Amino acid sequence: MTAIDSIDNGVNVQALLDAREALKGAPEAAQFTWRATTKWENGVHTSTTVKDFFGLGEERSHKAEHSFTADHPEVFAAEDNGITPIEYLLVGLASCLTAGVASVAQNRGIQLRSVEATVEGAHDIRGILGADSDVRNGYNGVKVSFNIDADASKEDIEALVAQSQKRSAVFDALTNPTDVTVEVV
Amino acid sequence: MVTPEHITTVVIGAGHAGLAASHFLSARAIDHVVLERGEVANSWRRERWDSLRLLTPNWQSRLPGHHYGGPDPDGYMTMGEVVEFIDHFATGMPVRTGTTVTSVRRTDDGYQVTTDAGEIRCRTVVIASGACNLPAVPALRQAIPDTVEQITPFDYRGPSSLPDGGVLVVGASATGVQLAAELARSGRPVTISTGEHVRLPRLYRGRDVLWWMDAAGVWDQRYDQVPDLTRARRLASPQLAGTPDRTTLDINALTDLGVELVGRSAAVRDGEMLFSGGLRAVISLADLKMERLLNTFDEWAAASGADVKPSERFEPTRVPKSTRLRLDLRGGEIRTVVWATGFRPDYSWLDVPVVDEKGHLNHDGGVVESPGLYALGLPVLRRRKSTFIHGIEDDAREVIDHLAVYVGAHAASE
Repeated sequence: MTAIDSIDNGVNVQALLDAREALKGAPEAAQFTWRATTKWENGVHTSTTVKDFFGLGEERSHKAEHSFTADHPEVFAAEDNGITPIEYLLVGLASCLTAGVASVAQNRGIQLRSVEATVEGAHDIRGILGADSDVRNGYNGVKVSFNIDADASKEDIEALVAQSQKRSAVFDALTNPTDVTVEVV
Repeated sequence: MVTPEHITTVVIGAGHAGLAASHFLSARAIDHVVLERGEVANSWRRERWDSLRLLTPNWQSRLPGHHYGGPDPDGYMTMGEVVEFIDHFATGMPVRTGTTVTSVRRTDDGYQVTTDAGEIRCRTVVIASGACNLPAVPALRQAIPDTVEQITPFDYRGPSSLPDGGVLVVGASATGVQLAAELARSGRPVTISTGEHVRLPRLYRGRDVLWWMDAAGVWDQRYDQVPDLTRARRLASPQLAGTPDRTTLDINALTDLGVELVGRSAAVRDGEMLFSGGLRAVISLADLKMERLLNTFDEWAAASGADVKPSERFEPTRVPKSTRLRLDLRGGEIRTVVWATGFRPDYSWLDVPVVDEKGHLNHDGGVVESPGLYALGLPVLRRRKSTFIHGIEDDAREVIDHLAVYVGAHAASE
């Protein structure tokens, strides 16, 4: 355990390992609900706020409310007040995988100096425009490139990235089907 | 070298569409021949499963000058009866059976049609070879484990042709729901995977739903008045079956038979089929569209004073609280995948550049981009009813009218 104690990626791995043990016997406490509320502004411009969530058996809040503006670029004849919703998926994926790399590195005693993930989503917009019903609406493919500087071999770094995908919530949400219910209230 | 035969018009295919073309060509005294690779009504004889019946009621089965005259106007013809009906219509028509067209090429003054029995030169060609020559199967078929048998409706005759055990039916149009129901009744565990589909009740307010399509004018809507023609031409066949008891065969009916519902087949990965989590969206779309259609019927009934029973509404499609998003195809639960994912035409023999990148013919109401080339029997060719047996008469008359003008102008210019 000396390696883990002597390196610091800023991830409290012990707390996570303790939580894993504690929740093994309390699956109900492990049930979290994440929430976001989106308000239409004008055109395809929306504002989304995220503050409250449910977890460990009770209602909780982030320290502060966070706001996210979404819009579309001018080539979509929009005002470009914010990034597009599908770009938020890239934000989620890259930040989740990067956080995973840090956590796994901490757990494996690997000191990170810098981590940069670049993510690209290939998108054929004929799908959303209804120009071709054989073209899907979402990404045709997503590519993430990690540039990692750390006290570790290339193999160990590749293993970090692999383990990060294995435990990533967003990677799973994007690569596996999820039951989505949309209702009007 | 043998001199090629010369004739004004070659019709390719002796199904109801090609024969209807022949009817109107004869009425205009245009010399022609109908080439048929097999027998008259060949697809109905060879490419359908045993239990299939027409979706349209008998009274609606009409061809130019040829009507159903039997004792059961509200029933649905078996395949044998359809073959007999079309065979009878073909009496006296210049049909050459057992003649396969291998190539159609443009010449200076028309077309050269090559068959396995020789060559024909003609001024005009009517393509009536059908819209459903080949099964359309998605690329993910290649990732299905070898231990699972894969079949298309072209291979299917009845439940006994499948191995015992579970069946995954992919697709919930008319074919998919009919095969799923038949396989479930045979005692097999059946799962049906559905993307967008068209839900219809068999009977509405006491009348066949296809009576309503006809009476309320939906079926007569012209191709140039349909808001999204590309979509209309690609629309899957509705969830309907022609059964003696005239029952509805929608997803609720399948659920009652014990069929398990899953979302659209999205991918096969590591031997597992993954299903879309958007199942509820396609279900509610189908329910909403059916509702809208029934509202159209009600409005028409109120305006026309039609003699029908009171308005009724149907139970929304029941979706289980949670449906499976993945299915292990290696575990033995599924022994057969049935691809009920639609059909496509085969124009591999057509050496005229009139087929788009998706394999569909470029045409305007059956008038193909290449002068003197015509098509009949394709979805929404000139009307919404175009592919139904009774839908061919108006289309064939108008297309042959156009052909006759073309041939006349052609003759005058010589």
